[in-house]
Amino acid sequence: MTTDSKSIILISNGIITPGYLQGVQEVVFQKFGLPVIIMENQGELAPFFDPYRKQYNANELLKDTARLAPANAYKTIGLYRVDLFIPILTYIFGQAILNGPTAVVSLHRLKNEFYGLKKDETLVLVRFKKVVLHELGHSFGLKHCHQYGCVMNSSTYVEELDQKSNDFCRQCLLILSSALKD
Amino acid sequence: MANEISILIVDDEESVRDSLYNWFIEDGYQVKCAEDAKKALHMLEKEKFHIILADIKMPGMDGLEMHRRIKAMHEDAIVIIMTAFAAVDTAVQALKDGAYDYVTKPFDPDDLSHMIRNASKQIQTAEENKVLKETITTLENVGDLVFESEAMTAVLKEVEKVAPTDSTVIITGESGTGKELIARAIHANSPRRYLPLVSVHCGALTESLLESELFGHEKGAFTGAMYNRKGKFEMADGGTIFLDEIATISTKMQVELLRVLETKKFTRVGGNKEILSDFRVVCATNKDLSSMVKEGNFREDLFYRLNVFNITIPPLRERTDDVPVLVDHFIDKYCSSMGRPRMKIENAAIKKLEEFEYPGNVRELENIIERAIVVGNGKEIRQKDLPGNKESNFSSVESISELEQKHIQQILDKYEWNISRSAKALELDRVTLYNKIKKYKLKKPKK
Repeated sequence: MTTDSKSIILISNGIITPGYLQGVQEVVFQKFGLPVIIMENQGELAPFFDPYRKQYNANELLKDTARLAPANAYKTIGLYRVDLFIPILTYIFGQAILNGPTAVVSLHRLKNEFYGLKKDETLVLVRFKKVVLHELGHSFGLKHCHQYGCVMNSSTYVEELDQKSNDFCRQCLLILSSALKD
Repeated sequence: MANEISILIVDDEESVRDSLYNWFIEDGYQVKCAEDAKKALHMLEKEKFHIILADIKMPGMDGLEMHRRIKAMHEDAIVIIMTAFAAVDTAVQALKDGAYDYVTKPFDPDDLSHMIRNASKQIQTAEENKVLKETITTLENVGDLVFESEAMTAVLKEVEKVAPTDSTVIITGESGTGKELIARAIHANSPRRYLPLVSVHCGALTESLLESELFGHEKGAFTGAMYNRKGKFEMADGGTIFLDEIATISTKMQVELLRVLETKKFTRVGGNKEILSDFRVVCATNKDLSSMVKEGNFREDLFYRLNVFNITIPPLRERTDDVPVLVDHFIDKYCSSMGRPRMKIENAAIKKLEEFEYPGNVRELENIIERAIVVGNGKEIRQKDLPGNKESNFSSVESISELEQKHIQQILDKYEWNISRSAKALELDRVTLYNKIKKYKLKKPKK
């Protein structure tokens, strides 16, 4: 498959909740102003499963996302519902290569029920959008921002995700617009 | 701050290096990686890293050995040891050897972020401290002393000799020669410089006040002692106490002072707990203490206890080479404080200033320049802006106390007997000014 050279590709890996993919597509388009294309991956995730950690290796999934990305894709982000880890950390919400072409995000730990709380699908989508924007931000060269409320603020807990908005602060917007012009 | 902090990741596993690299790069840190201890040490020889995150188990050289070698190269480097759960004992050993912290793999992302943030804060605080220490040294430095004469160079050499020791110093010199500045220079160049320099103007206080000032007092020790109060000796713990006008203290205080100097122990007024304080004594006087000892006005034992090292500051009239640089310094000082453009001074005026006797020494020269700036034309200090010889304060016939009396009277009149403003202008505290008014029987003119 080939796309416009400046499209953002969302690769869904089993995201079945109705409205999630469209919700993410809309917000990505709104924030980055680029065409956003959704792709479905039917491939097996088993090769990326670590039986010792009972989680999926995000480093390997990043490579897989790069492999699945259309030849001339601008940025590609893999969306998952499985629990992600990188060897050095117990878990991650998502990962991107700074200024790189790919990123991965999972909604596994964004769900209230993971923490023993009442299911709230609307809240999951809100969190999911923030993590996707954050990782895409990294892929456009943005680093963690110390501005309270900026979507590029670092979040290691869902409670921190809930504290921030899905907007980029002025400073991050400036860097982003310059990256988008390149 | 993050983008100023550099991190070196040392781990033989590529995936660990890459993951940490990505994690810290996103946080804005400067990150480099090494796959083993040997390479890391080689990198550390060439450049400095603020934080080194090292795996404890690596082929060739383990993290513990590497940590020891890093500490030998960069004592202030922050080393965080990464360990598997099974190697916690070894990590504890690393902590005992001075490692900053350890983390067990895999880390909780929040723990890792917090640890690095805390380490960064420590680095920032250490750097701020360094800057502050440098600032303090500059402020208290000998740079505050302005001179060009050989006589003052010799004084500074003496300061240089005695400052690093713990010896008691007596600074003698006429009034206005800068004894306190020399005391500051001694303190600023001593190992005690980061601890307080506490000044006590003995002449300004009555015997009972001086006792309370030096030793502190307990609540209820006397009428008005509402709270416990630390004395100057206690405040000077670790630092230096500067006792100005030491010759003025009473016989009773001389005994007390001798006891404290010998034991470094004292009790607060009205208290019974013995307090130990480690202070260095620098004192100053414009009197000849050895003559006072002969006359029986100063205890001989105290004199010998204080007179370990004597620095004598020559009067300004004996070092006229200093006059031009001092004049320059005071013109800068007062033009800047009065918000005026920098004034020049005509050669004739400098020549005249070099001929004065200056019984009030540098302080007197300072007052002359301040006055000349006020009365002058705003561009240049002229000979006529300086006080004339006949009416001047510089007649060598007059004694210092007569001059002082006249000068205080003039200042009081100038500020319409506002004690606070006059005391400020005279660089005295209000109590001293009241004492001097009483001593010279000065009176407010009737309107």
